[in-house]
Amino acid sequence: MAIFSVYVVNKAGGLIYQLDNQNPRAETEKTFSYPLDFVLKVHDDRVLVSFGQRDNIRVGHSVLSINGIDVSGRCTADGKEVLEFLGNPSNYPLSIRFGRPRLSSNEKLMLASMFHSLFAIGSQLSPEPGSSGIEMLETDTFKLHCYQTLTGIKFMVLSDPRQAGVDALLRKIYELYSDYALKNPFYSLEMPIRCELFDQNLKSALEISEKAGTFGASS
Amino acid sequence: MSRQANRGTESKKMNSELFNLTYGSLVAQLCKDYENDEDVNKQLEKMGYNIGVRLIEDFLARSNVGRCHDFRETSDVIAKVAFKMYLGITPTITNWSPAGDEFSLILENNPLVDFVELPDNHSTLIYSNMLCGVLRGALEMVQMAVDVKFVQDTLKGDSVTEIRMKFIRRIEDNLPAGEE
Repeated sequence: MAIFSVYVVNKAGGLIYQLDNQNPRAETEKTFSYPLDFVLKVHDDRVLVSFGQRDNIRVGHSVLSINGIDVSGRCTADGKEVLEFLGNPSNYPLSIRFGRPRLSSNEKLMLASMFHSLFAIGSQLSPEPGSSGIEMLETDTFKLHCYQTLTGIKFMVLSDPRQAGVDALLRKIYELYSDYALKNPFYSLEMPIRCELFDQNLKSALEISEKAGTFGASS
Repeated sequence: MSRQANRGTESKKMNSELFNLTYGSLVAQLCKDYENDEDVNKQLEKMGYNIGVRLIEDFLARSNVGRCHDFRETSDVIAKVAFKMYLGITPTITNWSPAGDEFSLILENNPLVDFVELPDNHSTLIYSNMLCGVLRGALEMVQMAVDVKFVQDTLKGDSVTEIRMKFIRRIEDNLPAGEE
C-alpha cells in the first residue's frame, strides 16, 4: 500500500502544493567499459536510453549521474557534455546511474494545470447534466484520486491502485488545508503553501492512511 | 499538534468570554484609531470578509453540507449549522421577501455583545459588523454575492438583533468545473 504524491490545485488551475511521498522509482548504478552496448540520445535536454534495454536499464531512463557526479540536462555538473564524455574511450571504465527522469517543478506545474482543464472537459463531456469532473483516473500502476471542494480547490492523491481509504484521506487533507494553511494568518489565499505545520500534519496523515487504509468515521 | 488530532465535526468548546473580550478590545481600538464610526464599521466589515473567505473552507471541511441551489437552503445552513458551530447559537429565520431573495436572521442573544454598553458618542457604530463581513466573504467563496447588514440591534435599543441578507447574484465566472 502506498501513496505516491499529493497535489493541491487552486481555483485558477495553478499548482499551490506538491509533495512526493514515496517513489517506486528504480535506479540502477553500473560500471561500464567502452563501448556502451546501448544507444543514447538527447531528448528534451536529457540524455535518454533510446534502444538496448538490459538489466534494469530501460528505454526512456535517463543518465542521472556519471562517476557520482550529477548530470543536469545534457551536461555534467562540472560542465562536460555527457554524450561527448561517454564517447571518449579514455574515460572508461566509468559508473553510470540510470533512472526515470524526475518531474521538474515546472513540469509538475504544467501537468497540474493540464489536469485542471481535463477535469473541466470531463464534466462537459458527461452525458448526464450536473456531472462532476474526473474523480478517479486508473492505470495499471497507479490511481489518481481528485476531490474538488465547493469553493473550487482540487486535492489530488496519486496512490497505489490497491490503496484503500483514499476518499477519507482527501477529506482529511481538506481539513488540514483549512487548519494549517488557511488559519495561518501569514498564508495568502491562492498562493503556494509553504507552511511547516501543514507539511508535518500531511505527512503523518499519509502515514496513517498507508498503514490503516482509513481514518475511521470520526474524522 | 495532538490538539486537533481527532477533531471532527464536533466543534471544540472554548470560553466565549475570551472571545467577547478580544472582540471588544478590537472594536475599542478601532474606535480610537478612526475618527468616525463609519470608518470603524467599514474596517470591521473588511476584517470579517477576510475571515469569512478562510472560514468557509473550515466549515465545508468539517460539516457535510453540499452545495445549496436555493437561498432558503442557504439560510438554513447558515442559521442551523454555521452559527451553531462557530457561535453556539441558532438564529431564527424570518421576514422572507416574496421573491425569496431576502431574509432576516434574528439573533436572540448575540454572543458578541454580552458585556457591551454603547457610549452615546458612538451612536452609529455597528458593533458586530464583523459578522456581516464574515457572511459576505464566506458566501462569496461558494459563488454567491450577497448583501448583509444589521437592521436592528439590541445595543441601540431595539428589541432584537436582526441581520438582513439579500441575495444579489450567482458569481458565474469562478464557478468550479462541473457546477452549474
